[in-house]
Amino acid sequence: MEYKPVLQTLKRIGSWIVFPLLSVGDIVGRKTGRNMPRLTLAALGIYLYIYVLGSTGVFNGYVMHIINLSLIYVALAASLNLINGITGQFSLGHMGFAAVGAYVSGTFTTLLFKLNPSVPGAYLVFVGAIVAGGVAAALMGVLIGFPSLRLKGDYLAIVTLGFGEIIRTILNNISYVGGPRGLLGIPKFSNFTIIFAAAFLTILVIRNLVHSSHGRAFLAIRENELAAELAGIDTTRYKVLSFAIGAGFAGVAGGLFAHLLQMAHPTQYGFMGSVMVLIMVYAGGVGSLTGSIIAAFSLTFLSEGLRGVLDGLGELTNLPLGDLRMVIYALLLILIMLFRTEGLMGNKESKLLMLPEDKR
Amino acid sequence: MGSIINAQQIINGLQLGSIYALIALGYTMVYGIVRLINFAHGDFYMIGAYAAYGAFFLFNAVLGGAGGPMAVATLLFAMLAGLSIAALTNRFAYRPLRYKPKLSSLITAIGVSMFIEYVFSATPFIGASFRAFPAIIPQSLFKIGSATVSNYVVIDLAVAGTLMIGLTVLVKWTKLGKAMRAVSQDKDAARLMGIDIEKVISATFMIGGAFAGAAGLLAGMTYPRIFPYMGILPGLKAFIAAVLGGIGNIPGAMLGAYIMGLAETFASAYNSLLGEGIAFAILILVLLVRPRGLLGEKTADKI
Amino acid sequence: MSALLSIQNMTHFFGGLKAVSEFSFDVPEGVIYGLIGPNGSGKTTTFNLITGIYNPTQGTILLDGKDITGQKPYKIVRSGIGRTFQNLRIFSSMSVLDNIRAAKQYRAKSGLLSSVMRLPGFMAEEKRIREESMNLLEVLHLADRADDAARNLPYGDLRRLEIARALATQPRLLLLDEPAAGMNPKEVQDLMKLVQRVRDEFKVTVFLIEHHMKVVMGICERVKVLDFGTTIAEGKPEDVGRDAKVLEAYLGRKGAAC
Repeated sequence: MEYKPVLQTLKRIGSWIVFPLLSVGDIVGRKTGRNMPRLTLAALGIYLYIYVLGSTGVFNGYVMHIINLSLIYVALAASLNLINGITGQFSLGHMGFAAVGAYVSGTFTTLLFKLNPSVPGAYLVFVGAIVAGGVAAALMGVLIGFPSLRLKGDYLAIVTLGFGEIIRTILNNISYVGGPRGLLGIPKFSNFTIIFAAAFLTILVIRNLVHSSHGRAFLAIRENELAAELAGIDTTRYKVLSFAIGAGFAGVAGGLFAHLLQMAHPTQYGFMGSVMVLIMVYAGGVGSLTGSIIAAFSLTFLSEGLRGVLDGLGELTNLPLGDLRMVIYALLLILIMLFRTEGLMGNKESKLLMLPEDKR
Repeated sequence: MGSIINAQQIINGLQLGSIYALIALGYTMVYGIVRLINFAHGDFYMIGAYAAYGAFFLFNAVLGGAGGPMAVATLLFAMLAGLSIAALTNRFAYRPLRYKPKLSSLITAIGVSMFIEYVFSATPFIGASFRAFPAIIPQSLFKIGSATVSNYVVIDLAVAGTLMIGLTVLVKWTKLGKAMRAVSQDKDAARLMGIDIEKVISATFMIGGAFAGAAGLLAGMTYPRIFPYMGILPGLKAFIAAVLGGIGNIPGAMLGAYIMGLAETFASAYNSLLGEGIAFAILILVLLVRPRGLLGEKTADKI
Repeated sequence: MSALLSIQNMTHFFGGLKAVSEFSFDVPEGVIYGLIGPNGSGKTTTFNLITGIYNPTQGTILLDGKDITGQKPYKIVRSGIGRTFQNLRIFSSMSVLDNIRAAKQYRAKSGLLSSVMRLPGFMAEEKRIREESMNLLEVLHLADRADDAARNLPYGDLRRLEIARALATQPRLLLLDEPAAGMNPKEVQDLMKLVQRVRDEFKVTVFLIEHHMKVVMGICERVKVLDFGTTIAEGKPEDVGRDAKVLEAYLGRKGAAC
């Protein structure tokens, strides 16, 4: 593939779509003093940009697939950030929630389309299944939120890890959803549009939540739980709520994931999966949604790039180099903790995600 | 199916418990002294198993023939390997973060654990696949009542017992032991008393690592297959055992480990799903009902 | 004058240790009431019992005649008690303004949905909360630091920020746990004026623990002296200051330092 024409196309489409929308958003934003129009139009611009590149073939199917994966990770990282970064709890079982969403929605659609492949309003049914998966995961979040009432830090980490493992063990043992083989033959419904919408919605909801009384309750709990309680905040309710909302979005992401890969497998949702999302949150910056977005994209692309390179090298040298990818991840995590504990962005946000009155 | 609780199961449970105990002690000592759940501790155990595997073939090639002295040498080698990796991990990953927020150490520990596992599985001569562990000492079976007992049970219990007695002596009656107890009570006061706390922490990691290494050898011998991820689940279960006994409490870790070994053996005999999940069920129960564990002391936050 | 806070027969054990013993007293509405006593005499424990952090082993706590014994801290706060802490507990990476707004959270009515969608009702409420909070910061001379991260404030400002946060919960009774701790003489002077001003402007009753005798003697209208969990004297500051038992228990041992 030649670079120059591709870059030119990128630029041209960028200037046709993204910049007009951004400037319209900017003007509207300044006129109304609100940030929503700017953010929404910017998102729309980015969406159209990628969509056009995808449908004209500038981005091939593989690139679009990685973009889809990245967007799912955006939703996962942002929702974990709500629990770990914004509310200051510590969950190590985030993929457990995603598993609930994936299996609930996946079982539903698979069964339905086996019974009747040409069911009317198929896409709506699928969206309903995704939402149902999210709700189921949110309920699970409430359940897991309860230990968080009595446990802190490392103990909570162990309990949530245990929860993730329990989910995995249970899935491994239910033959109805495939057991250790996984749930196969899920219809491919996830596409760029719905995944983008879900990721955007996750970011938008969490951002708006943070900038409200509810959000300040979450943050206060992170800063000092006892002081939060004595500022009149019902810390019990908000800790459970944080788990519920975070889990709900993870469930939606899990559902989309399953309908993208057309299967769900217990190992995808085990400890290592949760650690990947954790790395994204901490690499991006605890409490920064911008950081989660950047980290989700760069780590997913890095991961895919490494996979290609290492598998190629592995084939040449006949060595199991594939696992080096995980070694690099592990090193990355250690190095971030040692040298940049606050992550890439610290707790800063990009201008787009801030509100006009916020000067941090 | 006969009764689930029978002599055979009790023996199997105690054997498993001995291995958990050796791992759990490292968790509990490290937690007691630096308040860190060392996620990589299970990997020290895995390294012990691989070190024993390598040492066995090396000794066999150089010296020839299996036997008692060589088994002891292999054990020492496994312990040395566990000790070294623990010391290195402490020095390069945890020590720089000693006075940073606790969660950074915890996340680093997860990173270290992943790092060790994947380095092992990516190393050409180790690889991700299972390996059969050699019989370092020939296995022989004998009967006690209705139960069949292997000499491995005796070895596991004896090695674990000896090490645990040694540890108790060390903690109770030596200068290092006193220093360890002092540091776990109050780091600042200990420092003011002239104790080099970094030295004490390092020694604690090394003892824990050596014990995990020994456990790796015993587990390799008893359940004869090893692989780079073999430390994850036993590590977690041993940690849970330490929590059950009261984390930071040495006799508690031993007690918790044996309870865990027995519970898991009985549960697995009943149903495999239950066997897999019993450890986590115990964990959640303990944390909800008695978070300080069976022998743990009550601590209160100063407000 | 009626009692705003009334404590009857309160006893609290830590394990086998009696921290507070058969403690009874009334704090009248509108006064500045001081609780003093040597270290370990049970002062902070008393505050922790009043605010529900601990449950008393025995006894009753009434706020304006209503029994609040054993309720959760946030409920007690909502029924009208605000407090500060001996060692500051600031929301340090939040802005000064958000420290205050967080304490106004429980009065906000907007639900999750309306907050997420930023509906007009929510926006109006946010505007109101912001104005109220800025007014409060204005009174406590913190308005120009509103957008700074709280952790960047000097110590004296943090002490005031904590008082402001306690006031933001709109209490009728304000508990101050050693508000003058770590302050220099000038800051202590300012604090004394501030406490009096806060009492007058916000119509709150102030109940404070203090080691600093100048503060106690200077602004408290009633003083209670505690030793080993029991009351050894109570009355006007000048009378208490002359009490032989007090001099022995407290000033006799610590007087030189004050």
